[in-house]
Amino acid sequence: MTIITRRTALSGLALGAGGLLAGCDRLNDSPAFRKILFAGEEMNLGFQRAITDRNALAREFAPDDRSPVMRPNGTRDPATPSYQAHRAASFSTWRVAVEGMVQRPMTFSIPHLRSLPTRSQITRHDCVEGWSAIAKWTGTPLKSLLDVVGLRDGARYIVFQCADLYGPNRYYETIDLIDAFHPQTILAWGLNDRPLPVDNGAPVRLRVERHLGYKHAKYVERIQVIDSLQRVGLGKGGFWEDHYDYDWYAGI
Amino acid sequence: MDETPVAETRPRLIYRHRLPTRIWHWSNALAVFVMLMSGLMIFNAHPRLYWGSYGANSDYAWLQIGATQTSGYLRVGSIEIPTTGVLGRWTDDAGNTVNRAFPSWATIPSGYNLAMARRWHLTFAWLFAFGLLFYMIASLFNRHIQRDLSLTRDEVRARRIWEDIKAHARLRFHNPARPAAYNVLQKFSYIGVIFILIPVVILTGLTMSPNMDAAWPWLVDIFGGRQSARSIHFLCAAGLAGFIVVHVLLVVLAGPVNELRSMITGWFRLPPRDVMGETVE
Repeated sequence: MTIITRRTALSGLALGAGGLLAGCDRLNDSPAFRKILFAGEEMNLGFQRAITDRNALAREFAPDDRSPVMRPNGTRDPATPSYQAHRAASFSTWRVAVEGMVQRPMTFSIPHLRSLPTRSQITRHDCVEGWSAIAKWTGTPLKSLLDVVGLRDGARYIVFQCADLYGPNRYYETIDLIDAFHPQTILAWGLNDRPLPVDNGAPVRLRVERHLGYKHAKYVERIQVIDSLQRVGLGKGGFWEDHYDYDWYAGI
Repeated sequence: MDETPVAETRPRLIYRHRLPTRIWHWSNALAVFVMLMSGLMIFNAHPRLYWGSYGANSDYAWLQIGATQTSGYLRVGSIEIPTTGVLGRWTDDAGNTVNRAFPSWATIPSGYNLAMARRWHLTFAWLFAFGLLFYMIASLFNRHIQRDLSLTRDEVRARRIWEDIKAHARLRFHNPARPAAYNVLQKFSYIGVIFILIPVVILTGLTMSPNMDAAWPWLVDIFGGRQSARSIHFLCAAGLAGFIVVHVLLVVLAGPVNELRSMITGWFRLPPRDVMGETVE
């Protein structure tokens, strides 16, 4: 009697586990359940914004704390004809356009960016995959640019359009104004006291230190100021968000 | 017709698990199930663990699950354990050989999908963390912690623990004098899970968040840096998985129907020997 009970219980457990697994995959594709799952992102964003200081600075490390190698990820070389032409010219031809809901649309060359006030920070880069690397980033605070061009009323998000392609899509990312005006949010053109390498996003990339790596757009060509994420891509605010279900809020 | 005295033959039912305990047990069972399996999928995105603040592919990993051309392995320090078929390199339902750390039967979703695994993980984290908080507060108020979980001075003595180990080996899990009470090993494991493993897994989980690290840098410092915290997070998860295996095994050995019923309805049937034996109050 007992043996049957135990055996039944065990096989019941095994069956149950199998059923649960298949159930999870089905739930994973159910629109109603996805809504619940995706609500977690809103909760995490709301909760974190509520309990943490919006201006808190990411930890800055000492030079000796740096990783021996700043691991590049994502695109290692955009390799498009126009990118190769810019690269051949040592990026002297590269321009970063700042446009959209701004009072004075402008373009910035790399020397122009370098001539603005500069910030260096030794910070930890956390990839969504789980690894971390510490490196020194030097660049122009995004706030300086935004102050120069002046935001128009209703501006809410900043879009970064990049030179690297993922299939037919250019890489793009968006951040909100809390992160855009954060002192550590910089357009970095230097890595570990050298010009930013192609592997890591030359000639200029975003550093938005309180977010996971995929928010840190590389090869930035265009910065657009918009009022709604609906205005870019498929409306979720980034390449990975639009095409692969990644969270727009990558602070977690 | 003589009536047999009812109290001595019919199994006695006692109310063993209060409602908050039962609610938390099942909500937490669901949460842990999802957290562990979605966590394994997240781990699959980078199946290496490090100590310190940083750690990436070119840095030394103290634990790694990987694959060669022909085999899967788990490497811990300098020890390499062949794990072909289970870890690193395995065959999926369709018969394809896959080089990935944890196999599809152990992960949510079953096919590689870091983004959705994160959605599951970071949404069910709410149930997991606030479930524990609810249970702890309720258990302070209904005195479950003070009455049932706290260890007496006698119970932490080596002799008493050894006696309980021997009792477990004989599959005796209940003190005949107090059949509803948790035994010593049970208390140790519940205290370890409720007050150490789950809180540490939640806190190290929070340190995975770069925004929380900016706001609360002391938290990631406690664990010795983000990659150390990630390693501890994984070790605690392994501890929880180990607890579940032993927990379910002991439920099966102790009488699964009675144990399950008591965790659903609260009512536990006393083992017959306590009813018939000398220890009936």
